[in-house]
Amino acid sequence: MSKLKTFGLGGVHPHDRKSRTNGKPIEDAGIPAVAVIPMSQHLGSPADCTVEVGAKVEEGMPIGKSSGFISANIHSPVTGTVKEIGRVFLPNGTSSQAISIEVEESFSPKSSWKADKNWEELSKEELIDLVADMGIVGLGGATFPLNVKLKVPTGSTVEYLIINGVECEPYLTADHRGMLELTDKIFKGIEILYKIMEPEKVFIGIENNKPDAIKVMSQKASAMSFPTEVVPLKLRYPQGDEKQLIQAVTGREIPSGALPLAIGCIVSNVGTVYSLYEAVVLGKPLIERILTVSGGAIKEPKNLRVRIGTPISELIEKCGGFSEVPEKVVVGGPMMGFAIFDLDTPVTKGTSGILALTLKEVNSSVRTSCLNCGKCIQACPMGLNPTTLFKYIDHQDYDGAKDIGLLDCKECGSCGYTCPAHIPLIHGMKLGKLILRKNQQKQNKVKA
Amino acid sequence: MIILYSFLSVTLLGLIFGVGLSMASKALAVRKDEKVEAVESKLPGINCGACGYAGCSGYAEAIAKEEEEDLTLCSPGGPDVALELAEIMGVEVEISNQRMVAQVFCRGNDERSKTEFVYQGVTDCNAAYLYFGGNKSCKYGCLGLDSCIKVCPVDAIIHDEDGCVWVDKELCISCGKCIDICPTGVMKLIPHEADYIVACNSKDKGAVTRKYCSVGCIGCKMCEKASPEGGYKVDNFLATIDYSMDGEREAASVKCPPKCILSLKGVTVKDEKN
Repeated sequence: MSKLKTFGLGGVHPHDRKSRTNGKPIEDAGIPAVAVIPMSQHLGSPADCTVEVGAKVEEGMPIGKSSGFISANIHSPVTGTVKEIGRVFLPNGTSSQAISIEVEESFSPKSSWKADKNWEELSKEELIDLVADMGIVGLGGATFPLNVKLKVPTGSTVEYLIINGVECEPYLTADHRGMLELTDKIFKGIEILYKIMEPEKVFIGIENNKPDAIKVMSQKASAMSFPTEVVPLKLRYPQGDEKQLIQAVTGREIPSGALPLAIGCIVSNVGTVYSLYEAVVLGKPLIERILTVSGGAIKEPKNLRVRIGTPISELIEKCGGFSEVPEKVVVGGPMMGFAIFDLDTPVTKGTSGILALTLKEVNSSVRTSCLNCGKCIQACPMGLNPTTLFKYIDHQDYDGAKDIGLLDCKECGSCGYTCPAHIPLIHGMKLGKLILRKNQQKQNKVKA
Repeated sequence: MIILYSFLSVTLLGLIFGVGLSMASKALAVRKDEKVEAVESKLPGINCGACGYAGCSGYAEAIAKEEEEDLTLCSPGGPDVALELAEIMGVEVEISNQRMVAQVFCRGNDERSKTEFVYQGVTDCNAAYLYFGGNKSCKYGCLGLDSCIKVCPVDAIIHDEDGCVWVDKELCISCGKCIDICPTGVMKLIPHEADYIVACNSKDKGAVTRKYCSVGCIGCKMCEKASPEGGYKVDNFLATIDYSMDGEREAASVKCPPKCILSLKGVTVKDEKN
């Protein structure tokens, strides 16, 4: 067997723990009694709420309007009445305006969606506008509005379109199951992307812990009308990150602070591609997503198709509830996810998984002083020095941290994972970036 | 003989270098503005940044070059420094500001106010505030993770014996750094002479506040009635004091149900400690 491709620097090898859910077909999670739809489910400025308390909303109806260049529309996932417009905490710890919709008892999801127009007749620009209308954002985790990504500025060209089927976070199997069960639809989505971007070649990156997905996708890829190649990748975290994936597949490296477009690449997640298919071919806005509910404290872990706005507690119930009291409930993957304290937190567009972790899985320990062992430096895929960065931040020298590359950190969690002293390194990086952002705002104000 | 030669050669070298250096220091001297020096010598020299310049020398230069007209920006120096600066610059200066000090408007420690989850992250208020606005149920209160203590240039902020963060008003130079860094906005400026303080920042409804904190203002308006001349005003379920009114404030403090109106009369942190 030839040597498998992977990225260059750093990386870690957490146990993937996917075996509990990777054989389970995607199930429907059902309809919640009350859906809570936050207005900030994407990167960029929150959407403007367009409904009032008491208004009747229908499934797929727009209820939030994109409010800036980087922003996304929001649609109602259910039919019902707007009960309240308030503020809720999102799984990532920020707070956002949110619309609570009491679902009509007689509501059952539309079984067939039909787009107004055949997508093949639409021009590139019309397709991008349609994507914006449907509120499609990147479902890999960063929730970057897809229409913004698709607008390639004049002067740059897309050589490679890379479809991200890596799913390097442990526990999560939603993308894996999607690739197995929704193969045709994902390829339809790739066709649409191909039409918009016109790349020279399409790569699909999949880690080799999903041999069945590699097989199914390869078969389908060979039958495509444009050059498409499935690239099996060596199991390694954080391969699912844009920068690492591009390096693994093409061998190219993105310069610090630049976008993938600078080296002629565009990366899109398989989940996003599937939503793109639904939006463009079926005319269905982004009101559902597939996620994994797993972890040692969940009775029957499952892959679920979930309406946006469903409270997390209902999904846990759907999976048989807790088998023991979890130490932590994490939204997202265990490496980059956020622990939540309120199980009524709603599912958002960016929620890729819900994990109820036991004390043993959390492996929590008392923080000690830095041992200067250098493990974090070895693990950092960006070639940074996390321990020195953390020391700078700990001593409030945020500009010093910036000078040694704080802004290149993408919070993958590799350093914190390897740290034998249990130092909250990523939390420190987040703090540093926050303060830098605040100082920048202050400076802008002074200038203005 | 050898001793004499070496003695002479070293003396000669010393003379040459000495003359060279003294000439160089004259020829290459950096001319410093006398005015800048004079102004800088009057400033406190703690480089706190309250004036908005990088440090005392930055402010001094701006004043001396007449780029900055406001001579009252130095809050640690107060009116005395402003008057001295005015004298150097030969201008009139209006001293209206009374001395202000920062204070923490929260007395909720671990026993008095509830928490929602166990926080295990970085010991820093801004870091804690990133996740769900901190682990306290109250999203307006003091998180107690020492960000202001670290940033204070004169060590005026400490944890008092109750475990609450508190400012020593005698030490505070009102530079505003703590107010800037605080994510919840629980630190505010009050006059140095203030006799009472409503030590709460919660804008939640009374019933909500009461559930999570035993010393939180519930907006009952008792203070408005008990001390009508004291400048108490309840707005947004939170009492505040208008310090421009100088009526009696003690009755309200006694009657306040959650006891969140504290007397500051003659009380500094140090007194409390002793």
